[in-house]
Amino acid sequence: MSSNSLILIIVGGALINNVVLNQFLGICSFLGVSKQMKASASLGAAVIFVITIASAVASLLYDYVLAPLGLDFMKTIIFILVIAALVQIVEMFLKKTSPAVYRSLGIYLPLITTNCAVLGVALTNVQNGYNFIECVLSGFGTAVGYTIAIVLLAGIRSRMNEKDIPAPLRGAPIVMISAALMSIAFMGFGGLSF
Amino acid sequence: MKQCLERLWNGLIKENPVLVLMLGMCPALAVSTQASNGIGMGLSTLAVLVLSNLVISLLRKVIPDQVRLPAYIVIVASLVTVTELLIKAYLPSLYEALGLYIPLIVVNCIILGRAEAYANKHTPLLSVMDGIGMGLGFTVALTIAGALRELLGNGTVFGAQVLPEGVEPMGIFIQPPGAFLVFALIIAVMNAIGIKTRQRELVEGNGCDGNCAVCASACESRPTPAEKLTEAPKTVEAKAAPAAEAETVKGGENR
Repeated sequence: MSSNSLILIIVGGALINNVVLNQFLGICSFLGVSKQMKASASLGAAVIFVITIASAVASLLYDYVLAPLGLDFMKTIIFILVIAALVQIVEMFLKKTSPAVYRSLGIYLPLITTNCAVLGVALTNVQNGYNFIECVLSGFGTAVGYTIAIVLLAGIRSRMNEKDIPAPLRGAPIVMISAALMSIAFMGFGGLSF
Repeated sequence: MKQCLERLWNGLIKENPVLVLMLGMCPALAVSTQASNGIGMGLSTLAVLVLSNLVISLLRKVIPDQVRLPAYIVIVASLVTVTELLIKAYLPSLYEALGLYIPLIVVNCIILGRAEAYANKHTPLLSVMDGIGMGLGFTVALTIAGALRELLGNGTVFGAQVLPEGVEPMGIFIQPPGAFLVFALIIAVMNAIGIKTRQRELVEGNGCDGNCAVCASACESRPTPAEKLTEAPKTVEAKAAPAAEAETVKGGENR
């Protein structure tokens, strides 16, 4: 395995196959939290942490427990439990260390459990037959892609607050139109090659 | 009986999970490339949702409150695994088309949302009806979006050629950006209809129902003298809009 292919996994996860704009995972929090730059950045950081660790743990569990025992079909259940436990830990940690961030994330912090990006990455990794290092890198790359997307959208939305938007388009529709334009822009990364 | 029908109506139109509550957007955006995929995804979710609502409603007095979320997740994950294996065995082509999004039904916010908001407080029968209503609402939204995207992006609906040969389909609509665009437009149309009805109710003097956001946009689209004079109200209105969305997102939790 060359270092080139490892870089490709990170860049591919972050930009080319952007998890939000290209694969539609984690849309709920993408649309819900992107109102403020600060909250979205901290959610992004939390998601990077959770996804990276979750993909590492999921990869180890799959390779050493599920696959040898032939329990392949249990992977969805096992992975979601691992993720739920991790999110609980992050939540307790944030509550203690930075209550302000904890409050601004509100309901979306426990909802990282149901952020499809986390489970999606763990399942894709297994599907692609990645080894441990590749799993961790792909998890990290995907989470960075998520953070990039949500922070960019938060930037766009902070400017939109000042604009006179036609009444029916207020709220969700205009945000989704912005996301569509971002998605078109990210399609440009499809041309990247190594 | 009336209550059961009310649940169906509620899920289909009034609180349509995708178009009104904005739950379960991920699979909605991802699989709506074709009308048939939309139906497949919608019905799989419906099956899981009905069963999970039933099981959770039956167990609502057994599950301790503190560990209810992990318990729900385990129940839903087991049901999804069963559904996944069934689809893989009997509908391999649908399995190919939906791929990763079948196991991801576990993390579909609609299912946990309904469990938390409805099934753990109501009787099994009503919970099942709620599941059917919400599931149908999800299916209808996905099918409409899928049909629109297929029509614009490929010129077909359910695989049948609809656009005449000479018309070049716009490929962007079956690619990721098209999903965002189509859903944005569908929701905008629903908002426009909502604002119209709201205006009519306001004129008839029905008064406030607590939904300030819709109310505000209804007033906004009827220009008042104050708005013609100054810019200020617009800024206020614009700030009201994100608040409206927060309500929509949290709506599932509160109910």
